[in-house]
Amino acid sequence: MLDTAKIRPEFPILTQKENGRRLVYLDNAATSQKPRKVIDAIVHYYSFHNANVHRGAYALAVEATEAYEAARTAVARFVNAWAREGVVFTRGTTESINLVAASWGRANVRRGDTVVVTAMDHHSNIVPWQILCQEKGATLRMVEITEDGRIDLSEFGRALEAKPKLVAFPYVSNSLGTVNPAAQLTKLAHAAGAVTVVDGAQSSPHLRVDVQTIDCDFYALSGHKMLAPMGSGALIAKPALLEAMPPYHGGGEMIERVWDDHSTWNKIPHKFEGGTPNVEAAVGLGAAIAYLEQLGMEKVSQHEQELARLTIERLSQIEGVTVYGPRDHRAGVVPFTYGDIHPHDLATILDKDGVCIRAGHHCTQPLMRRLGVAATARASFYIYNDVDDIDALVTAVRKAGGLFGVLAS
Amino acid sequence: MSDLGELYQQVILDHNRNPRNFKRLESANRKAEGNNPLCGDRIQLYVRLDGDTISDIGFQMPEGSGCAISKASASLMTEAVKGKPTAAAETMFAAFRDMLAGGANAPGKLAAFSGVRAFPSRIKCANLAWHALHAALQNRAEPVTTESARDF
Repeated sequence: MLDTAKIRPEFPILTQKENGRRLVYLDNAATSQKPRKVIDAIVHYYSFHNANVHRGAYALAVEATEAYEAARTAVARFVNAWAREGVVFTRGTTESINLVAASWGRANVRRGDTVVVTAMDHHSNIVPWQILCQEKGATLRMVEITEDGRIDLSEFGRALEAKPKLVAFPYVSNSLGTVNPAAQLTKLAHAAGAVTVVDGAQSSPHLRVDVQTIDCDFYALSGHKMLAPMGSGALIAKPALLEAMPPYHGGGEMIERVWDDHSTWNKIPHKFEGGTPNVEAAVGLGAAIAYLEQLGMEKVSQHEQELARLTIERLSQIEGVTVYGPRDHRAGVVPFTYGDIHPHDLATILDKDGVCIRAGHHCTQPLMRRLGVAATARASFYIYNDVDDIDALVTAVRKAGGLFGVLAS
Repeated sequence: MSDLGELYQQVILDHNRNPRNFKRLESANRKAEGNNPLCGDRIQLYVRLDGDTISDIGFQMPEGSGCAISKASASLMTEAVKGKPTAAAETMFAAFRDMLAGGANAPGKLAAFSGVRAFPSRIKCANLAWHALHAALQNRAEPVTTESARDF
């Protein structure tokens, strides 16, 4: 386990009280808290290096550009990208996926084509493909999940028989915690001739990710779930694909030459970074990656998996609690329901004890329909959570049961 | 715990467990649907209007949808407005909304929701059924959502 007694004081927000109690933050799948080092990196950037990037002829502008590009190098190293030119900064996973849909999708998907997603995808890896398919007259196919919350591989195989143009899936499910066999899914999709998009929002913060081993074509991540600022994120792609794709946003920075009636495009990744980028977010993401690398991503995974295992064990001892998702191959995400107590009520009661959990559909409404629930409660862990947090969670859940007089559903 | 006791008063827990008028009303001549997209709560409201009087009212929430606050609020609302003129129902809605916004307690059993004031994230849950009723009385066809109604 990680040394949380050393880690917790490095997060200013965790030193404050919530409703007079120690803050027990268990909504990390929604967003993570930020360590002092990340906050300081942003303040330092604005205090000493701020200027617009890639255009100033003066020293300050060069420093800003160097800080921005150093963050790109950090992201490339962190996920073992094919090349640093294959790292496009975005606002997060949602924008990364929309970029692929709008650029690669518009150029390559035609009427009658098929795009495949899974029933455990987040809305951000479903809706952009729905929009694309509706625009193009293409078919969107959703692969079912198994009873225990994995992608149904035989269903996946059947979906590939339609020779889809593109296959999208999450590396880790935000609603179930399932860690999908990304390399295997990619291999199958490639054999069927599809391009693959991996939603890495929940894997990047928690696993050692190697996009070259997965061998996907596009990989999307969000910085804010991995200690970095909101509005930071990246699309990591095979450079040859980016080269061949049309631009996403037109504007400054993404052009080479602009004529009265047409333009030529800058080199990748700049072709996809029109307008002044969020340099502060990139700098913060670089600092977050340095922090995580120092801990070691294997240790991060082990820590969270141990907390999840313990939480499932403790919650399962409470009569009326149902835990969703697979028993193994799962990350630090524990979705559950408790008798007939609505998750929203559960979250309110837990909040009174300073325990922050998410309650709702977790932006996965198709999955919720398949689970047959309108909502679940979800505890999700990160590097600063410890056994005390689990104690607080379990105590508060039992308290809710007492208040409501649970009827097992 | 005292705050939680204020929020989840016995009458609210009772109406959550045993909602009144929890039925689809075949004789309804007004209907409305309410959505709270944040937590996924949905309500179907059925109203039988005879002249200016709410002669019968019922509601349904899809399986598992409806937290204790939204379900109990819908249940207590149906009890409060049944048999009342529409103008009286609208007056009660105004009083209810005013209470949640920090004003005086609403009359009768509706005052049980005064504890919601201390939980801003739950105000939309308490208001959902009332907005659906308002829409039904106005005969508006489109579903009301907690994200579009400006005064939720």
